[in-house]
Order: sequence, then structure tokens, then C-alpha cells
Amino acid sequence: MTTRGKRAAETLYDKPLSSKGKLEVNLSTYAFLFSEIVQYSHGRVTSLSQLHEKLSDLGKHAGFRMIDVLCLREKTPKRETRLVNHLLYIQKTLWKTLFYKEADRLEQATASESTFYLFEDDPVVNRFISVPKDQSSLNCAAFVAGIIEGFLNGTQFACKVRAFALKDQPSTTAFEIKFEDSVITRDKMLESVK
Amino acid sequence: MSRQGRPQDTRKVSGELFSLTYGALVAQLVRDYEKDEEVNQQLDKMGYNIGVRLIEDFFARSQQGRCHDFAQAADVLTKVGFKMFLGVVPTVANWSAKGDEFSLILDQNPLVDFVELPETHQGLLYSNIICGVIRGALEMVQLEVKVWFVQDQLRGSDSTEIRVKFLKKLEDAVPAGED
Repeated sequence: MTTRGKRAAETLYDKPLSSKGKLEVNLSTYAFLFSEIVQYSHGRVTSLSQLHEKLSDLGKHAGFRMIDVLCLREKTPKRETRLVNHLLYIQKTLWKTLFYKEADRLEQATASESTFYLFEDDPVVNRFISVPKDQSSLNCAAFVAGIIEGFLNGTQFACKVRAFALKDQPSTTAFEIKFEDSVITRDKMLESVK
Repeated sequence: MSRQGRPQDTRKVSGELFSLTYGALVAQLVRDYEKDEEVNQQLDKMGYNIGVRLIEDFFARSQQGRCHDFAQAADVLTKVGFKMFLGVVPTVANWSAKGDEFSLILDQNPLVDFVELPETHQGLLYSNIICGVIRGALEMVQLEVKVWFVQDQLRGSDSTEIRVKFLKKLEDAVPAGED
């Protein structure tokens, strides 16, 4: 790592990462790009659930890659093994890095110990998207659900994440995070050895 | 990276979110199409769609008046347009003798954070969407141009250079592309 040649043949991993976190891009630019992504995906699917799946796949691609970025940036990298702490990390650190704010609320489902809900009152990807009346269940935050899923799966917390708008508060999106049983079993085990 | 205490600017998004989102799109296109050329073309088309809509946003915020010649247009494109939407200002260089062609040299490109082209996709013009955006936006101000990548740092060149060539002045207002 000491000799950093100027040749273009050097790999991505030879370049410094830290300074790049400060770059910002106009919200409009992002909205335009995201709208093209939604349109493109829309043109290649036949149903709404397929569209959600497509957007979620794209999000997974991004979420998985955020793991490295965040880990490298930590002063004291630590691998989080406990479930709730990890979710808090997503609510705070991941959200702050991506959206400059924390996610609004994190709750556990009362009926199921493997299901959690993360609430975001104003998802940036939905800000400029108007949902057609006949497709009221469309929620482009499926992309963000994909980011969460990619991030969790990549850190060995197998789960499925789904995004939906709250009925009484359409601007708020809830991300339903359903962990696999193995994750819950492991977490209980870690609890008992503590 | 501490972002504590920084005023929350809701008009901006994180560059990382932007580049990763764009990366996810390009990766998807690479899976959907067989040839790099087709991906390049699709990116250009998407850029064009963005460009024709983006120009309104541009005027709404910049109070930019009419440009009188192509050189001035180049100046506004870089110093106002690029700065507004990508946060970078490319250098205008290599004017042709006739003054109808110039190059944009991008020292910094927010699209290519974390990007490396694999050996198998050396024909991919990763940031080709920019060409489409320029073409679309300029068409909306009655300038028909041809825009293409001359060299790209991702493909091992020393710098990233986009060439813009003036073709003709469109006389009538063109309806926005519905594509």
C-alpha cells in the first residue's frame, strides 16, 4: 500500500475511500435517476409485485455494498452480532450515511418475535413519486427495503424485507423485517451466554 | 465520519447513495442486455429522457438567460448545469477550429465512486447517461448536438473526456420525447 502508482491499472482497492463520503448530489438529479430506474423496471415486468421485487433487487445491490463502506469508515470496526443492536445500527448509522437522518421509529411486532418494523416518515425515493389510484399498493421504497435486506443478509442476518405505506399515514413507509428462525435462535443463544 | 451537527440539507442526497443506485442500474442493464453497446445505448436513452425534463428544473433555479453563442452555452453547461446537478465543474477544452466542437474534461465524476470495469466489459461506457442528459437538455433549448465519450478513466485513460459537437439550431420547438 505504500507505492501508489499513477497508472490507471491500479485497482479500486488502492484508492483512498475516506474523503469520498463528503460528496453530495442534488436531490433533483437523484429523483430524475430514480424515476428512470422505476420506469425502466416497470417496462420489464407484468405485475406490481414483480416491480417491487425488481426494485428490491436493485436495492440489495446497493445495500450489500454499503457494508464495506461503513466498516472501513468505523474508527474501531466491530462486528455486531446481536439482533437489536444491529437494527439500531441500521436505524442510526446506515440511515444517516445514506439519508442524512435517522429512521423515525423501530418497533418489534407484538405477535411475532422474529418480525420488526422500521418506520420512515419521508423516504427520499418516494418524495417525487405520485402513486396512481388504481395501483395504490405501489411503494417505490421497495428499493430501500432492498438496501436493508442486502445489508442484513450480507452481515449474516438472514431475513426478508418488505415496504408498505401505512394506511392512516400514506407518507410514512414501514419496512417489515422478517428474520429467519435460525437468526432468532442464535440471538437467544447469545443472550443466554452473556 | 461524523456528520453530527451538520445542518440537514434536504435538497441534497449523499453521493454514495447516488453512485450505488446508479451502479445498481448499470449492473441490471448489463444483465438485461447481451452487448456492451446495447447497454451504452440504453444509458444514453435514459439520459436523454432525463435531459428533456431536467432543463425545466435548471431554468427554474438558475434564472439563466439566453445564450448567444455556442461558447457561452458550453460555459453555462459546465459552470451552472454540471455544478447544479452533479456538483462538479468540468473543464472546457480542445475547441475545434470552427468553434462547433468542444471537450468536457471531468476530473471528478460522482457516478463512478466504487466502480471498476471488469475485463469482460471493456466496451462499456459506464457514465454514458451523461451524454444523453446533455443531448436531451440542449435539444430543449433548440441546440441539436452530438455527444460522445472520447476517453474514460474507467477504461484506463488518463482522463475522462466527453466530446460535444454542434449539429444545427432547431428552429421550431420540439415536443418532449415521450419515450
